[in-house]
Amino acid sequence: MLLSELKLFQILVRKVQFFLTLCGIRANILFNKGSNMSENKPESGPTVNPRVTWEGCSVLLDINDGDRLLFARLSAGSTLKIGNKTFSLQPLIGCPFGSLFQVESGKEKPYLSRFIPPTEENNVQDEGGCQLQEESRDNRAIIDNNQAQSLTGDDIDAMRRQGATGNEIVEALIANSATFDKKTQFSQEKYRLKKQKKYAPRVLLRRPFSRSICEAYFKKYPARIGFLRVDALSLLLSMANVTANSDVLVLDMVGGLVTGAVAERLGGTGSVCNTYLGGTPYPMEIIRMFNFNNEICKRVLRCSVNDLCAVQNETSEQVSQHEDVCTMESQSDEKISLSVSTEEVHLSSKNGVSDLVPENELSTTGKTCKTPKAGEKAPKEAIQSWKENGFSSLIIAAPEQDAWSLVKDLLPLLTYSAPFAIYHQYLQPLATCMNNLQLEKMAIGLQLSEPWLREYQVLPSRTHPCMQMSGSGGYILSGTRAYSNTSQS
Amino acid sequence: MLLMDSSTKISFNRCIRDGDLIIVYERHDTMKAVKVCENSILQNRFGVFKHSDWIGKPFGSKVFSNKGGFVYLLAPTPELWTLVLSHRTQILYIADISFVIMYLEVVPGCLVLESGTEDFERTGINTLITVGVRDIQGEGFPDQFFGLADSVFLDLPQPWLAIPSARNMLKQDGTLCSFSPCIEQVQRSCEILRSGFTDIRTFEILLRTYEVHEWKMDHSKVDDGNSTACPPRKRRQPSREASVGDNASSPVIMARPSAETRGHTGYLTFARKSLNFHC
Repeated sequence: MLLSELKLFQILVRKVQFFLTLCGIRANILFNKGSNMSENKPESGPTVNPRVTWEGCSVLLDINDGDRLLFARLSAGSTLKIGNKTFSLQPLIGCPFGSLFQVESGKEKPYLSRFIPPTEENNVQDEGGCQLQEESRDNRAIIDNNQAQSLTGDDIDAMRRQGATGNEIVEALIANSATFDKKTQFSQEKYRLKKQKKYAPRVLLRRPFSRSICEAYFKKYPARIGFLRVDALSLLLSMANVTANSDVLVLDMVGGLVTGAVAERLGGTGSVCNTYLGGTPYPMEIIRMFNFNNEICKRVLRCSVNDLCAVQNETSEQVSQHEDVCTMESQSDEKISLSVSTEEVHLSSKNGVSDLVPENELSTTGKTCKTPKAGEKAPKEAIQSWKENGFSSLIIAAPEQDAWSLVKDLLPLLTYSAPFAIYHQYLQPLATCMNNLQLEKMAIGLQLSEPWLREYQVLPSRTHPCMQMSGSGGYILSGTRAYSNTSQS
Repeated sequence: MLLMDSSTKISFNRCIRDGDLIIVYERHDTMKAVKVCENSILQNRFGVFKHSDWIGKPFGSKVFSNKGGFVYLLAPTPELWTLVLSHRTQILYIADISFVIMYLEVVPGCLVLESGTEDFERTGINTLITVGVRDIQGEGFPDQFFGLADSVFLDLPQPWLAIPSARNMLKQDGTLCSFSPCIEQVQRSCEILRSGFTDIRTFEILLRTYEVHEWKMDHSKVDDGNSTACPPRKRRQPSREASVGDNASSPVIMARPSAETRGHTGYLTFARKSLNFHC
């Protein structure tokens, strides 16, 4: 930046920033330049971005700083298993996202208790940096024969029975380690951290968002999302210009992750049509993790490719034929979502609706929900509107299908000058697709990209890229639908 | 039905009008922003184009010059803007931008504070945002936003000076991102972030692009004589008779990474504001 620019900086204060419009988010709430900021609260208020949990909401639990990730639904009866103990998740209801919980020994049994990490912890590593110049220790004198620790397992159990906290046990282990003082500063920190994780595990309450959901799945079950990494997902949304008030066509074979991310970015405006080949919709269970409110849910609709492409007078017939199939499918979806959410967490959720049902009527996995779930069958008016106007963008995430055969059917459903983005875990199908799009002159501005993401560890005297790295997050073919003489619309 | 309210639709389905700002697509790496004006012309290597020929045509149309050359007329999207903006001001590219948006967890309705320099008049965004001029490193963000921001984005030479103020502006668990080209800046920022922030992570992201070429079955390249910088499209004419999917003389599609690629833009450091006890 020029020196003159360094002296003055502009603050951009907006409901949605210009920077965001560079990625395709436009304000769906406009406000006058001259109005007083403090009077303008976002219309949707706390329900847009709830920062506190409620009964029935979906959460992501992060145990021991990323060591273990799992999704859960908070209810009076839901539980979590750590090691060989089971804890109730009740204390988590009504807490802000970002809260940290530690295991505390209760009178009857241990429970999860909210706690604030003391700020000294944050500074430990900085102090380590200061002392570094004096560090003269190394590991030459340490013999790794598993005999350094003088406390036995029985000793530790006894401490627990007497009500010692996890932290006290950790301190005791350190005090009884013959080699601890001989370790280097960094080594001591590592040791302490390791013991803390075992004897004083921490649970972080995280809000499910496209980012956290994608990262969790990528870490644990990447095959279910076709190895779609979070940066690749973000590129799909940007390259397809997913923005407020758009009508996005999505072919999602990654469990509903992409559909959910699109719906999240639409923020209760526009529409997303989740389409599928043949008569059976693809599973969309991941979308339930997002905690979408009613407004967002009703804009996530489903419609088969056949129905979207069908000539007008045929539509009503086919719609009624497919209805039965879809009702059956949505019932089996229930089962799928239930099995996904109970997989990791020992959920004994009851469907009892108590006075704690939240005002924003989130649909729960219970049978008592009256509000529309995401993924309802698209009504005729919607299909008609999409046919007349065309979709404003297309995203395909079908990591095991042939890209070209999908694109040639779906691209004509877009308006001209509309962008599209196709994800695949393999390069070849996208290369072939790109070539064909060029041959058929169906698209311009074609680009075949591979995102590369590297994380860094930044600590005093220990700054370097992380030792582990993801080798691939997939590939993306993007472009713009162009008018051509040969295309039929 | 409110869902289909066409007045708010983002639709490129309407036709080009006098006064519209459009993107003229010449080639896959050549695009420019043009304001349509009834009496103007556009002149480039393909010939002379009259703006008046464009008016009334739909977006996405192919239009011809006096010499028979052609260009495409596209509707402006933010993605196309990132390609069209002058490279001097453009430091963040689409890969960085899209990652930041996702990682900051920004959705419509969020309040985002950002520091940076942008030209808003030209792009017409000035009706949607409020711009203030202030020395953030010296004075911090204005008090009126205390505790109201969902996210903060910093693109400053010395972000550690603005981080304490950013912390005050953020809601609990609110997200912050700082973009810095140099690792020393990242180290100092992280040092300051450790007071009051958690979940501190630093990334770099790059986009690697691939070129696609067609090889004939006898394993020699389709005759072109040109450098590989030519878009494959130009070489397609000779082999047009072989239709897509024809197995008899099916060409082999080869992909390889582009020779030129970006090495570095900057480091992206993210953090969340820690919860304190009374909130």
